[in-house]
Amino acid sequence: MSLGSVPLKYRIQIDRQQCMQCMRCVDNCSYGVFREEDDGNILIDSRKCTACHRCISMCPRDAINLSERPVDYRSHPLWTPEAREDVINQSRSGRIVLAGMGNAKDYPIIYDRLVLDACQVTNPSIDPLREPMELRTYLGQKPSKLDIRKQENGDFELNTKLSPNLELQTPIMIGHMSYGAISLNAQLSLAKAAAKTGTYMGTGEGGLHKDIYPYQDNMIVQVASGRFGVDINYLERGAAIEIKIGQGAKPGIGGHLPGEKVCTDVSCTRMIPAGSDAISPAPHHDIYSIEDLAQLVRGLKEATEWKKPVFVKIAAVHNVAAVAAGIARSSADAVVIDGFRGGTGASPKVFRDNVGIPIEAAVASVDQKLNDQGIRNKVSVIASGGIRNSADIAKSIALGADAVYIGTAALISMGCRVCGNCYRGLCPWGIATQREDLVSRLDPEVESEHVANLINSWTLELSELMGAAGINSIESLRGNRSRLRGYMLDEGTLDVLQVKPVGA
Amino acid sequence: MEPVRIDAKGLHYTPLNQQIRKAVSEGATDIIVDNVLGQRFIADGLKGEVTIRINGVPGGDLGMFMNGPTCIVKGNCDHAPGNTMDSGKLVIHGSAGDAVAHSMRGGKVFVRDDIGYRGGIHMKEYGEGHKPILIIGDNACSFLGEYIAGGVIIALGRSGKVFGGRGVGSGIHGGEIILRGELKERQLGVGAKITEFTEEDLEKIRPYIEEFCEYFGIDPEKYLDTKYTKIVAASSRPFAGKYVWE
Ligand code: SF4
Ligand code: SF4
Repeated sequence: MSLGSVPLKYRIQIDRQQCMQCMRCVDNCSYGVFREEDDGNILIDSRKCTACHRCISMCPRDAINLSERPVDYRSHPLWTPEAREDVINQSRSGRIVLAGMGNAKDYPIIYDRLVLDACQVTNPSIDPLREPMELRTYLGQKPSKLDIRKQENGDFELNTKLSPNLELQTPIMIGHMSYGAISLNAQLSLAKAAAKTGTYMGTGEGGLHKDIYPYQDNMIVQVASGRFGVDINYLERGAAIEIKIGQGAKPGIGGHLPGEKVCTDVSCTRMIPAGSDAISPAPHHDIYSIEDLAQLVRGLKEATEWKKPVFVKIAAVHNVAAVAAGIARSSADAVVIDGFRGGTGASPKVFRDNVGIPIEAAVASVDQKLNDQGIRNKVSVIASGGIRNSADIAKSIALGADAVYIGTAALISMGCRVCGNCYRGLCPWGIATQREDLVSRLDPEVESEHVANLINSWTLELSELMGAAGINSIESLRGNRSRLRGYMLDEGTLDVLQVKPVGA
Repeated sequence: MEPVRIDAKGLHYTPLNQQIRKAVSEGATDIIVDNVLGQRFIADGLKGEVTIRINGVPGGDLGMFMNGPTCIVKGNCDHAPGNTMDSGKLVIHGSAGDAVAHSMRGGKVFVRDDIGYRGGIHMKEYGEGHKPILIIGDNACSFLGEYIAGGVIIALGRSGKVFGGRGVGSGIHGGEIILRGELKERQLGVGAKITEFTEEDLEKIRPYIEEFCEYFGIDPEKYLDTKYTKIVAASSRPFAGKYVWE
């Protein structure tokens, strides 16, 4: 082949002095990096390594070393090794390059250029240890005014009809990752964690497996264009329903689960034929306008007798604020905005890295637009896509979100090392795979504890951050941009965020 | 039990559905809804063994997410009757709009005359007993059976007009589209192919045609021959060769 192969990305080395030849690395690597030779030696094929770190975690002797392998291309500021390797890859295959797990381009991270406020001398901070901190969050439409009447017997009566809301004990939810894309054990871990922490998680577009039924009160069931797994029982089981229009890692394109992953169980859960590709194209073929979206929102509400909130998820794109304002008028109860850092198992690389806008700007502009139009109460705003810590959450809320979805962070808390190879179905951590031996590596009891710990610790940190800012209720943080300052952000971005620069 | 009669005149769809649900919960097996004029979502998410006779023209999404009931419409239908229906039956004495039987998972939709664009889009079958059937008496517009992954769509072309739509079966990865008469290759969508319609195929669809004709008082004889074109998926993995790894 005249093009030859591209150089390997990672180098695996074993410290032979340390190694006790237990062969755990051989057993654990689903990509086949390690092979036991007849003489008991271990042969390494670094070319197959994805940097998933499974071997390193399992090695009892800490004998394995993994390093990125800088390649000696002629250095060039434009033609980076990656750019050249993609060209080589595509010249050989003539295909679209698939990539996983979040935008990998070096865009500045706005979160890291926003700083939070804290009280000093002139106004008191609040000590979350002894003061109650209110992190409970309600998602859904809020009335613009309440009609309360005093009855003759002195009791008060609420005459306003309230819309159904979701009650969260923390503003942190777990985003939609479908059965099929991730394993049942992974979903179970997340579902248990959501139940333990009093929050919700999304089913993704993969339907609701019967093993998840015990956690259905903590599930938000998703309806995507292919309507996978959707029937009336599914809709009735969910605590809320989410219509997926777009997602941050691949705005404007749909979902596609390859046929190899559609085993009998996945087929029944998704309600699709076994072994065939599960295709849900970007457009819903009954939605071509906001009016059509309203039709689906109302159709879902009517089917469930107006008892459940309906969310609409869109990717953060250029005119996101206008789209969100339309959604707010469609009878939807919440709009989910997924920024361009959103992760996914498989996205065309060109989309993952180039399409969409940062979540920080999207949330701020949506919140602003809804406020300007006087309809902010009509819809809750949920931010997602690349949220890495509690500070990102506090900043998202201060920019105007009611709550956030976390995705990759939850996976990392279960073992994922963001190797970005989910689309191969060989995840050595038992997360993005349906291979039974790999799935069984993930213990839902243990991993749900880890996920719950993450949510709990972030919730604790959130109350500390709020207390430091003299805020004791999440409601007072929401859209409170005066608690943010921009550091090294340009004027245009500050203007969109409606945030002052540091020192101002 | 006497049929329950509901007058839909001037009624919004929610109270109308509430009345239908109430009747079903009280054991009604036969419901007649008069004066229907554009109410959407009739029988949306409804479960049970009940026949609903609809006099008038229902709005969009008739029988959406429905699981079990039969709706007989004496009139035309707006878009997407049978949207994501699980089981049950829609019998439409007239024509219907776009996206008829969208994502239907089971049950049957019979439309006496024509349907609009994207009929049978995303229809899927799975496991035992989940096989959706859409039968169109006359003709359909373009993009019939897009992304269909299972079930059967039959268009009988009763008026004898040539099927003029294009994009038939775009993205098809399962199921069958069976059209009376000829179809040109250029009318096919990406991933669809024409295959021979055999006697065996006829035997398979015979009961559906007979059932259709029975509902509308048509002599089935004329439609029980092999003058059909059968369209199937070129592959159950239409996108298998599209991607390469990073
Ligand atoms: S897991 Fe560690 S100790 Fe065991 S064989 Fe591999 S390198 Fe050696
Ligand atoms: S889920 Fe698994 S395959 Fe995907 S990035 Fe994480 S470790 Fe890698």
